[in-house]
Amino acid sequence: MRELLTYVVNGLAVGCGFALIAAGLVAVHRVTGVVNFAQGMFAVVAGLSASWLLGTGLPHGLSEGAAVLVAAVAGLLTGLLAIGRRGTTPQSALIVTLGVGVLAYAVEIVVWGDQPRSFPGLPGSVSVAGVGVQSQHLLVIAATAVTFALLTTFFGRTYLGKALTACASNPYAARVIGIDVTRMGLLAFVLGGLLGGVAGVLVTPLRPISFDTDVTLIVNGFAAAVFGSLGRAGLALVGALLLGLAESLAAGYGYAAYQLEIALGLMLVIMVVQSTRRTSVLEEPA
Amino acid sequence: MTTPAGTGVVEIADLVVRYGSAVALDGVSLSAGRGEMVALLGPNGAGKSTLADTLSGILTPASGTVEVGGRLAHIPEGRQLFPDLSVEDNLRLGGWRSRRRDPAQVYELLPQLAAIRRRLAGVLSGGEQQMVAFGRALMSRPDVLVVDELSLGLAPIVTRDLARHLTQLNAEHGLTVLLIEQNARLAFDVCERAYVLEAGRIVAEGPCAELAESPRVARAYLGGSIEETRK
Repeated sequence: MRELLTYVVNGLAVGCGFALIAAGLVAVHRVTGVVNFAQGMFAVVAGLSASWLLGTGLPHGLSEGAAVLVAAVAGLLTGLLAIGRRGTTPQSALIVTLGVGVLAYAVEIVVWGDQPRSFPGLPGSVSVAGVGVQSQHLLVIAATAVTFALLTTFFGRTYLGKALTACASNPYAARVIGIDVTRMGLLAFVLGGLLGGVAGVLVTPLRPISFDTDVTLIVNGFAAAVFGSLGRAGLALVGALLLGLAESLAAGYGYAAYQLEIALGLMLVIMVVQSTRRTSVLEEPA
Repeated sequence: MTTPAGTGVVEIADLVVRYGSAVALDGVSLSAGRGEMVALLGPNGAGKSTLADTLSGILTPASGTVEVGGRLAHIPEGRQLFPDLSVEDNLRLGGWRSRRRDPAQVYELLPQLAAIRRRLAGVLSGGEQQMVAFGRALMSRPDVLVVDELSLGLAPIVTRDLARHLTQLNAEHGLTVLLIEQNARLAFDVCERAYVLEAGRIVAEGPCAELAESPRVARAYLGGSIEETRK
């Protein structure tokens, strides 16, 4: 029972990391209609940046904050390349994001090398129902909860959030009333960068990160985002937590080598189920 | 007949708009004076909505000039609301250009919108949606209002109600209106002057009363003479 609780907390923490990646995918897709396959790269850039900054002697908090900002800049640059040119279709932009992800490998290897990096997270552990739970796991879960609450408030309550939703809902009408849809799309990419960055700095102390970790992150994040039809952050969070739990339980009970396969298998099942529903992924409004 | 050069609040001269190699507007000239109600008639595919999109800055002309003296708002064809947002959110976003967020004044002008302020725009009737589109355009405090197909898909009684609001705004606030319509009878009832656009070119223009007597216009848009259609 103790083992199970440990696996569940681990799974929730890892799932939260996937959820933040998925939230970034949803934010960009909702506003621009683009599936941003460079989303995992933002987490990698943030994780590697934070590790490097801490190595230079910058304190915790400042390093992680700066790393998240670096990821936001990476989001902006990706957005400029993907949708900066007027008339680029979401399909073309998707290919551009794939290209950016591959190009980022080269930049990351030049800047940080090809070895995995990590850094210590929140030290110590807390006893939950008699089981010692790492403080970092609880930090990841709490930070994700706060981030999703902020995201919901931003899109649901603020004028800018409503304008972003309007761009997703009817880009033509948004232009008619004077909203710069391209600029809003870039803002969504920056938001995606921020969310990916938060995921990166939270997950890196749990799992060492290297230039190609983005594959694992994007596969899991995309599976979770598809669970939410690429448009609903709340459902994506549920999907991500289920994925994290499934992978953690599989690893705990001796199938650690198959974690990525589990994620891919679940993603395929979800996509097949979603595509047979009336409001499939393709029919869901951008 | 056009307004004297330079006095119009909307002045379009020799406008050419292309979609790739296809010419949508070919040398269109049009003007509307301050506080004037002008109609633009034409069949489907004539280029009417292209003209509206060019006026609101969505499309870029290949050549020619477009001058608008004041703030322009555009009610696009098919209402084009944000269906996932409430009526109030749709209205507030209408003030994006003017940075005006409080819809109180629009609720005063169109009280029926206050009653449905919390409903999602996507679940409203066609008439209610057109009213929201109307209110959203007014949020920017326009000097010029371009209305693309006011009557499209609406019951005559709803159309009459919207037209009454339009003429009231014109009379009380000096709003310049460019009414883009296929319903010539409505346009002639509401507007003073009209242009007829066919295949991207202006083929007729003048006071509505004169145009209604033109056999060509009556045949194409009124199904006979205007007297016959009123019977």
